[in-house]
Amino acid sequence: MNNEMMKEQVIRMSGVNPLKCMRCGKCSGTCPSYDEMEYHPHQFVYMVEKGEIDKLMASPSIYKCLSCFACVERCPRDVEPAKLVEAIRLMVVRQQGQNHLKANEIPALLDNDLPQQALVTAFRKYTK
Amino acid sequence: MVFSYYPGCTLKTKAKDLDRYARASAEALGITLNELENWQCCGGAFTMARDEIATKLSSVRALEASRETGLVTLCSACHNVIKQTNHAMANDEEFAMKVNNYMKLDTPYHGETKVIHYLEMLRDVVGFDKLAAAVKNPLKGKKIAAYYGCLLLRPGKVLGMDNPENPQIIEDFIRAIGGTPVIYPYRNECCGGYMATEDKALASKKSTLVMDSAAENGADMMITACPLCLYNLTKNASGALPVYYFTELLAEALGVKE
Repeated sequence: MNNEMMKEQVIRMSGVNPLKCMRCGKCSGTCPSYDEMEYHPHQFVYMVEKGEIDKLMASPSIYKCLSCFACVERCPRDVEPAKLVEAIRLMVVRQQGQNHLKANEIPALLDNDLPQQALVTAFRKYTK
Repeated sequence: MVFSYYPGCTLKTKAKDLDRYARASAEALGITLNELENWQCCGGAFTMARDEIATKLSSVRALEASRETGLVTLCSACHNVIKQTNHAMANDEEFAMKVNNYMKLDTPYHGETKVIHYLEMLRDVVGFDKLAAAVKNPLKGKKIAAYYGCLLLRPGKVLGMDNPENPQIIEDFIRAIGGTPVIYPYRNECCGGYMATEDKALASKKSTLVMDSAAENGADMMITACPLCLYNLTKNASGALPVYYFTELLAEALGVKE
């Protein structure tokens, strides 16, 4: 797929209109994973707008969103950047063999107290 | 009052205390929680993409089975996933059409079930004044930090539980059981969540910020409704404050903690 087609797909899946963004940066200012990301939430918005989907798909930043909804809640324009991060991550993990978390990696992550909730959430985010 | 009740995967395993103290307390307050038969795991996270159908079906099944009774949730994650799914069923016509087309229900489902979190049940059904009157062992002198985390309140427009930026439901709960709430800046910031699986350092950094913030503001203890928050705060944060499920303190106050 070319970038223009992928951009349309991301916009359709996420329901986000990047053109509503007024570049205030509040999403990145409030993001708990900001320091861990190569591209930050506000950059997802304008890179989707510019159609740079391939760059975003190749970035480990897509696995750093905690889905805490801080940027969704605090965006003054209701752009909801987390929905773009999720759509782009799905574009990757829906590809054959592109699961980010594999079942055989799980035993090494376990300790006696780790709640099931952590694993099912990670699986839902990282795999198809 | 009788409600359907959705415990979720973790309340059956690593977070049994959250569940059993909730049941005992509800009983003491005259509320019957009937566990849904054959409930399925909510998946832990709401899939935001509008074309994700299968990942939301377990929530729709729980919702559809609770049409007559309403549904009470307790785990913050289940609460978030089920409420967001219900909102999508009521407001996203294309999504609801696909779900109903697949499920072939006798009566199509369009988000009719009322879903409330256990805390909303305490506030809106029992009433915090009635709860206060039922308290036998008030938690006098205890300075308690309410930890909301991310999933209990956001997105505020969808969950409709409390003001997501300046909430008060858990503080009001703490007052009702005789404790003193501690307000601190990080009470509605993320603990690091499921990143505890692949990036422990991030979970440690985030949960430490939360606990330090509570400690600096004078808290003796923290309470939460989320098993993953409790895990990150107790295992990954560097602070030493004790962290409890809010239902444990509730059961203690009501004199039904065994």
